[in-house]
Amino acid sequence: MHMADALISPTVGGAMWVASAGLIAYSSKKVKDDSDDARIPLMGVVGAFVFAAQMINFTIPGTGSSGHLGGGMILAILLGPYAGLLTMASVLAVQALFFADGGLMALGCNIFNLGFFPCFIAYPLIFKNIVGSTLNKRRLFTAATISAIVALQLGAFSVVLQTLFSGISELPFDTFVLLMQPIHLAIGIVEGLATSAVVLFVWKARPGIIRSVKTSAPVGNISLRQVVIGFLAAAVVIGGILSWFASSNPDGLEWAMFKTAGTDDLSNPPEGLPAALANVQEKTALLPGYGFKPNKAEHAAEAPSSEPLVNTGKTASGLIGGAITLLLAGLLGFALKRRKTSIEPD
Amino acid sequence: MAKLDQHFFDIGYMDTLSAQQTPIHRLDPRAKLITSLVFITTVISFGKYEISALLPYFAYPVFLGAMGNIPPVYLLKKLLLVSPFAVMIGIFNPLMDRDILINLGGMSISGGWISFLSILIRFGLTVGAALTLIAVTGFNAVCMALDKLGTPRVFVVQLMFLYRYVFVLVDEAARMVRARSLRTFEGGGSGIKTYGPLVGHLLLRTMDRAQRIYLAMCCRGFDGEIRIVKPSKFGIMEIGFTVGWSALFIFMRVYNVPSLMGGSILELIK
Repeated sequence: MHMADALISPTVGGAMWVASAGLIAYSSKKVKDDSDDARIPLMGVVGAFVFAAQMINFTIPGTGSSGHLGGGMILAILLGPYAGLLTMASVLAVQALFFADGGLMALGCNIFNLGFFPCFIAYPLIFKNIVGSTLNKRRLFTAATISAIVALQLGAFSVVLQTLFSGISELPFDTFVLLMQPIHLAIGIVEGLATSAVVLFVWKARPGIIRSVKTSAPVGNISLRQVVIGFLAAAVVIGGILSWFASSNPDGLEWAMFKTAGTDDLSNPPEGLPAALANVQEKTALLPGYGFKPNKAEHAAEAPSSEPLVNTGKTASGLIGGAITLLLAGLLGFALKRRKTSIEPD
Repeated sequence: MAKLDQHFFDIGYMDTLSAQQTPIHRLDPRAKLITSLVFITTVISFGKYEISALLPYFAYPVFLGAMGNIPPVYLLKKLLLVSPFAVMIGIFNPLMDRDILINLGGMSISGGWISFLSILIRFGLTVGAALTLIAVTGFNAVCMALDKLGTPRVFVVQLMFLYRYVFVLVDEAARMVRARSLRTFEGGGSGIKTYGPLVGHLLLRTMDRAQRIYLAMCCRGFDGEIRIVKPSKFGIMEIGFTVGWSALFIFMRVYNVPSLMGGSILELIK
């Protein structure tokens, strides 16, 4: 479920970073304004709890496999949306840095997919509505289960969109959706059951925890429109900044063309306002020149015409150069590694 | 997440690695954080069929790891452990994209295989960079860097709290899991009926702990404002590190270094 650096483009990664940074800044402000100091250590320790809880498995009824708690939904239920989002973001940051789940560039995507949807969509729109004003066991169970499922479905769909807009993976939209949504429906049901089991236990043992959060954490008036506009603006700006960079890049085919043509035209990308605007426009369409079906046809048509350009000689130079590069990188490592005192895991 | 125990054991090991004293460890965390972000951005900005131009980028994680005395085998193992998602999505590329892109002595290689290989290289680079970053910097230092770079204080404190207590709570959860397995046979007691109370108790204990921590903080003068001691300076070394590497990344982004080298060697042979 974690989005990976290897699958996203800078435009998508950057836009999601901006969106998530905005969410974190907004939530931080909300948590700070909320004068409850005790919440600061509570968030931190509950974040650590999510990690710990992931070590405890349960057997999924009817199957041989086992599941565990994911985190987003239970954090929203226990801490409210703002503190929940911050806590989930911190959990994801630690996962990205230590477990290499996702990556630094994809962290924005992951915070959005796994934090925004449970805390700002599923919690206020589904959980709160189902639970209503009077708490009881059945409502809590239904609310926790359904909201966890919906949050995960939205998150999975968001992964599909991000992958698609990045254009690194070849998976067509419909196949990818058909692949992701059912898998995450199953995961979502497991997650929902786990979440509601814990929530019900806490409610039985100490109803105050669930009740106090429910009453004290009003969801602010975030308009979806503002979020969407901000998000689009970020995409446009980042796309614009990066497009000159990306367009001056000869990719595989263009590179070969440039080498054979012997011109260094490509090192002088078209300059001036019109070119820049064209680039911005190209990027804001969110369709990089590759990866989408209509363009693929173009690509296919293009390939044969440029086939003579990609001759064996060029490929050989690439291969030789690549091998030397790797060798050099390895040598660099050996040369720099003077100290032999290695630390062994005990 | 199957090997979670192993993962957590790794956190402790990464922490040990980050406590070493090398020139790389001594650099201000901001320099390493910014440079790593530039690195990742340039790496993922390549076109999807790019392979050769990505290879020189391995110099950065290798440099950090070697200078920072990080065992390479350990890092590689960690990379392999966490690769499933990128591989799972990437493997569809060869199936979907069958246009022949390269003809290598009669063997045709489709665009899909090339972009799949490209995804794997990207994966190795980005994840490798993130892991070496944390291994030569340490989590708390990264948090300090985030704080200095303007991340909301509440979030920085959240990260530091989380990191401090993750060791404690993971030990507690491990004890619970062990206790459960000692008292049951053949996977008994692992149903959802036991799960709720088990995790629920852990949660209640966690919340009690948070309350105790809060009271202890109040006893020591906590007034809602967190103060972080930041003994760090951004000196000439840091500027050199950041600017030097970033310039190199951009150079390697613009010029395909392996192709240039390979081309000149072929010229020489002729």
